[in-house]
Amino acid sequence: MTGPSAPAILPERGLADRLTAFFWRRPRAFLLLLLTPPLLWLGVVYLGSLFALLWQSFYSIDEFSGMVKQEFTLKTYAELFRPANFDVILRTILMSAAVTIGCAVLAFPVAYYAARFAKGRWKAVFYLGIMLPLWSSYLVKVYAWKLILAKEGIITWATEATHTSGILNALLALPVIGGNSLSTSYIGMFMVFVYVWIPYMILPMQAALERVPTSMLEASQDLGASRAQTLRTVILPLAMPGVIAGSIFTFSLTMGDYIIPQIVGNSSNFIGMAVYQLQGTAGNIPLAAAFSMVPIVIMLVYLTLAKRAGAFDAL
Amino acid sequence: MTAAVEFQSVSRHFGHGPTAVKAVDAVDLTIAEGSFFAMLGPSGSGKTTCLRLISGFEQPSAGAIRIFGQDVSAIPPNRRNVNTVFQDYALFPHMNVRDNVAYGLMVKGMGRAQRHDKAEEMLSLVQLGGYGDRKPGQLSGGQRQRVALARALVNEPRVLLLDEPLGALDLKLREAMQDELKALQQRLGITFVFVTHDQHEALSMADSLAVFNQGKIAQIGTPEEIYAKPRTRFVADFVGSSNVLPPALTQALGGPAQWASLRPEHTRLAATGPVSGTVTALRYLGAATRVVLHVGETELAALVPAGQPLPEMGATTSVAFDAPHLHIMEDRA
Repeated sequence: MTGPSAPAILPERGLADRLTAFFWRRPRAFLLLLLTPPLLWLGVVYLGSLFALLWQSFYSIDEFSGMVKQEFTLKTYAELFRPANFDVILRTILMSAAVTIGCAVLAFPVAYYAARFAKGRWKAVFYLGIMLPLWSSYLVKVYAWKLILAKEGIITWATEATHTSGILNALLALPVIGGNSLSTSYIGMFMVFVYVWIPYMILPMQAALERVPTSMLEASQDLGASRAQTLRTVILPLAMPGVIAGSIFTFSLTMGDYIIPQIVGNSSNFIGMAVYQLQGTAGNIPLAAAFSMVPIVIMLVYLTLAKRAGAFDAL
Repeated sequence: MTAAVEFQSVSRHFGHGPTAVKAVDAVDLTIAEGSFFAMLGPSGSGKTTCLRLISGFEQPSAGAIRIFGQDVSAIPPNRRNVNTVFQDYALFPHMNVRDNVAYGLMVKGMGRAQRHDKAEEMLSLVQLGGYGDRKPGQLSGGQRQRVALARALVNEPRVLLLDEPLGALDLKLREAMQDELKALQQRLGITFVFVTHDQHEALSMADSLAVFNQGKIAQIGTPEEIYAKPRTRFVADFVGSSNVLPPALTQALGGPAQWASLRPEHTRLAATGPVSGTVTALRYLGAATRVVLHVGETELAALVPAGQPLPEMGATTSVAFDAPHLHIMEDRA
C-alpha cells in the first residue's frame, strides 16, 4: 500500500507501542520512572549514610565507660583541635595539596598532548596508557612501589649505577620530608600518591582542554600574544574547570586514603588511618565520624573558594 | 603605492609525495593598500588557506609572501601587524566583552585604564557601547561578530582578515553587516581581505576579488569585470550561475565555435529563434521567475520579469538575447 491509499495512522504493534504512546502523552511519568531507582539509591543509601555519619559526629564518648553518649554535643569536634588530632588533619591537608599540585603539573603536558595532537590510533594508545594502571589491583601497585622505593630497590641501585646517589641522599637528608629511604619518607609517599591518582587528573583535564577550540588559541596568537601569554591568559583559565574536577578527585582520594600511609612513609597518622583505627580498635565512632567530616568540609570550602576565584567562569 | 599583500608563486601542500594535496598551487596575488579584497570560491578551493598564509597560521611550502613589502616567511602570527576576524569569532568565553576587545592591547603591555578606554571607544564604533561588562555568551550572533571586529580593529592592524565573517548570520543581519563592514572599511582606510563562498557577498562588497578553484586563482578583477566577462567556464558558473554554452550551441546562436557565457537576466524567451528547448523548471523569485530550458543536453536559464507571460512546464520555446551579452571564454574549466 503506497501513496494515497496508505492509512494515515499505522496499526498498533502491541505493548511496546502502547507504552510509547503512554509516555508520549505523559513525559513526566517517564522521567519519574527513569529517576526513581537512582534517586532512591542516592538518597537513601548514599546521602542517608552521610547524614547518619554527621549525626554520629555530634555524639560523644564517655571517657570512663567507653560507651557512646547519645546526646547532642560539640565536644567531639573540639577534640579534633587537640594538638595530636590537629597534626593529623594538617598533615593530611598538606599531603593532599602537594599531591594535587604534583598531579596537576605532571598531568597538564600529557592532557594537552592528548587533547591537541593525538589523533586516531595515538588517541587510543593514550587512553589505554592512562587506564591500564587502573585495571590492576591498587594494593599490588602500592607494594610494587614499596619495593621500587626501598633502600635495596631499583632507584637506589640506579643512582649508584649512574653515580648520582649524592642527589638522592641530599633529597633524603631534607628535614621533615626526607627519611632513611624513599619508602620510609614523605617524598616516597608523595610519589606513590601521585602515581595512583594521576589518571583522575589527566582525564578531566584532557576533556576540558579538548573543548577549547583551536581558533581560540589562534585568536590569542593573532592578537599578539606569545606562547606563554596564551597559556596563562587563555589555555589555563579555560582548562580550569577540568583542573578543579581533577583536583576534587586527587584531593579527596588522598584525604581519605588509609592504605598508602600505612605501607609507604614513616607511619605517621593520616585522617584515613585515624578513622580506621578509631572506629575499629578504639571504638570511638563519634570521633571517627568527626574526622570523616573534615574532608567534606574542606572540599566544600575549596569549591567555594574556587568558584569565587572564577575557576568555573569558562563553564 | 606598495601592495598591502603580495604572493609570489606561493604554494601550500599538505602531505608529501604523490598523495600531497595542493591546497594552494603557485598563486600570484597582489592586494592593493586600502582595498576591500574578496577571495571567493567553493569550499576546498584554497581561499581560506591563502588567508591563513597571510595571518601566519600556515607556512608556504614554496614561494614568498610580502606584507607591505616585507618578507614575512620567518615572522610568526603574533608579530604580524595583521588581525583576523575568525569564522566562529573565537571570543574568549571567560572574559567579558571589554577584556576581549582589550586583549591585544593587554598582551602588548598597555595599562588597564588606557586599554579599557580604547576598548570602549572601539565598542562604540561597532555600536556596542555599554556592552563591555557582558560575557560573549550573553550576546547574539550579530553582536558577537561586532565584538570580534572590534577586538581585531583595536590593534590598528595594517591588514584585517575576515574568514567567512557573515556566514553564521541570518539573511537580514547579513545584509545589514555587509553595508556596515563596507562603510567601516572606507572610514578606516584599512586593507580588508575577506574570504567567502557567497558570490553575492563578494560582488556587493569587494573593490576587487579573486575567484579560487582547486588551489589556483581562476580570475582576478573588479566585480564588474568578473561578472560581465568571466574568463573560464568555472567562473561563469560559480559567479552568478551563468549559462555556460558549449561551442556548438554558441555557434548555433550566431557566435564563434567557442565556449561562451550568457547571463540569465540577459536571456529572453521568444516565439521563434535559432535555438529552442523544453521548459523543465519554473522557479518563482519574487521580482522575476527563473525559467529553465533544456536545449539538447544543455540547461539554459532565463529570468522572466514579474508580469510577463510565463510558459507552461514542458512547453517548447525559443531564446533570444542582444548580441553584446554573449561573452566568449577561454577553453578551460
